[in-house]
Amino acid sequence: MFRYILRRLFYMLITLFIIATVTFFLMKMLPGSPLSAEDKLSEEQKAIVLEKYGLNDPVPIQYLRYLGGLVKGDLGVSFAFDNTPVTKILMDRMGPSLQLGFQALLIGSFLGIILGLIAAVFRNGAIDYTSTIFAVLGSSIPNFVFAGLLQYVFAVQLNWFPVALWGGFEYSILPTIALMIFPMATAARFIRTEMVEVLNSNFILTARAKGISETGVVFRHGLRNGLIPLITVLGPMAVSMITGSMVIEQIFAIPGIGEQFVTSVTLNDYPTIMGTTLLFAFLFVVIILIIDLLYGLIDPRIRVSGGNN
Amino acid sequence: MAANNQNKIPKELLVPLVRKEDTSEKISGPSRTFGQDARRTFFKNKLAVVSVFLIIIIILMSIFGPSMNEHGSDDQDLMRAKMPPHVPVLENISWLGFDGTLSGKYRGDNVEAATANAVARYDNNEEFIDIKVVDEGDGSRNSAVVDATYHIYDAKDMSGEYFWLGTDTLGRDQWTRLWEGTRVSLIIAFVAAVIGLVVGVAYGGIAGFYGGRIDNVMMRIIEILSGIPTLVVVLLMMLVLQPGITSIVIALSITGWTGMARIVRGEVLKLKNQEFVLAARTLGQSDGKVIMKHLLPNISGIIIINTMFTIPDAIFFEAFLSFIGMGIVPPDASLGSLINAGFDNLRLYPYLLVYPAVLISLIMIAFNLIGDGLRDAFDPKMHK
Repeated sequence: MFRYILRRLFYMLITLFIIATVTFFLMKMLPGSPLSAEDKLSEEQKAIVLEKYGLNDPVPIQYLRYLGGLVKGDLGVSFAFDNTPVTKILMDRMGPSLQLGFQALLIGSFLGIILGLIAAVFRNGAIDYTSTIFAVLGSSIPNFVFAGLLQYVFAVQLNWFPVALWGGFEYSILPTIALMIFPMATAARFIRTEMVEVLNSNFILTARAKGISETGVVFRHGLRNGLIPLITVLGPMAVSMITGSMVIEQIFAIPGIGEQFVTSVTLNDYPTIMGTTLLFAFLFVVIILIIDLLYGLIDPRIRVSGGNN
Repeated sequence: MAANNQNKIPKELLVPLVRKEDTSEKISGPSRTFGQDARRTFFKNKLAVVSVFLIIIIILMSIFGPSMNEHGSDDQDLMRAKMPPHVPVLENISWLGFDGTLSGKYRGDNVEAATANAVARYDNNEEFIDIKVVDEGDGSRNSAVVDATYHIYDAKDMSGEYFWLGTDTLGRDQWTRLWEGTRVSLIIAFVAAVIGLVVGVAYGGIAGFYGGRIDNVMMRIIEILSGIPTLVVVLLMMLVLQPGITSIVIALSITGWTGMARIVRGEVLKLKNQEFVLAARTLGQSDGKVIMKHLLPNISGIIIINTMFTIPDAIFFEAFLSFIGMGIVPPDASLGSLINAGFDNLRLYPYLLVYPAVLISLIMIAFNLIGDGLRDAFDPKMHK
């Protein structure tokens, strides 16, 4: 187990190194430059700026310098935001993104599990069909359409919540709902299928025959077994949080990582783009590693040490 | 006596027994091939069948829709900008919203002020504005409410003109743009899905079939590629490439195949040690033939299902790119860019958002339902 984790960590580092390299050279291929928007700069000023940021050095040297900075946790200096270090920008913006992501993931999967459970218990009833329709809608309707709808109905028309920006908890409600619809729909669908199968199995029959109450059967014997496979979809769900954050933060103008990334892309601010990409990749790889380990812990039949399959 | 009796039986009564066939083990139902079973299960799924029809209609409309009226997708005319939907016949049913009027509630301190607000909002064309007083108000701030209806087509002397879904901020016909946008979105999605299919199947097939070191290296490459969220890769690629349809397809294709490759590899790994593959090899089939003729047909179901699910993904990514302004460049339209334009005018001209948003949702739902239907159809457990 320990060796397995070590090996995975080693692969993780290699992955991140390659991603850093590829993004670096990709950024060097960019047609635009961060200075192109500043047409007020004279030629001399531009030369000074280029010299100051070390952009006149040969690309390999810039690359090595960037890698050297990375090892020390230094992601460079943003071109667009008053020379702020990228690390600081990202740190400042971590909060809203993490809060949104966790709220959406927790509430979404919790509600989804309940919905799926109810659907499975009352199979082929009205509740079941409603929740199935909801699950299909939730996983199909693009989240920016859904977010826009929420914003229009609940913020613009009804005035219940703030339209956008980031303040207290009430600012996070609409974005959380918009973001949680996907994990909720996925969990509901998944739990329903699993629970239908579990509730039809022999050990549930035994439990019923022993005279355990229906709630006991469903929760203690059914749900426990139905929940295990949910871990397999936790990965896609967590990933959808990262992707979704870019969309949702953009619509609700939330100062988070996703919004930062999209803004930097439009501004050609490539130290920030590279930093954000690396951060995303890091989060992504860590999430997948955690899920793999969890899977091995919960279900002993899956041998983590088995390797690549 | 008995023996005597027996002897009396005339010979012609003794006929040989006709042996009846043993039917106890006969299979009563008709035997169906896997494909027939799959088709039956699929057509029993009403939602999936309806979705197929819906998609066919949408595809046909995206081909023929733009030429169904005389307006072009790039006919700009600021004189007729932001006209509401106006459809012949349906214009007489006011609640459908196709009567070519703009309406809204306006507030003021008293009825006159509210009316003035409404009139100012609607080009000061008083004679074409119907005012209905909702609340006379008590003189306090914004207490009076009037309902104003602006007959914009009459005001602009265009009552004979019909923009079925209205016009956008530059006076371009929304109907034409909607279907052209759908066409662009669908083309991008289909091309990206086909590229993903070809590359993914080839890559996964090779990795799974040869195994060992080749497999290891190929899988590491996939791991690295999928170490970045797709949306990030797509955005980075859009930065490097010139915006446009081709670039979007390329950007989507760079990571779009990894999921397919993984699935195909897994299936090939499972199948390649089975006897029929061994038999084919023993008979001297080349590796390529074994993959193409023996392995791929056995995993075609999974490949088809996976492709069906990549199409809505591609539509979503394209729409998102255009939504944040990094995808389709004007004057071309796509569903995403139309939705983006709709958001900008949401408060005053909601019809600009409603139709593209509904259409993209319908397409996504339909493809997902078809995918679900196919998954059940190719699952032997679901056959009845």
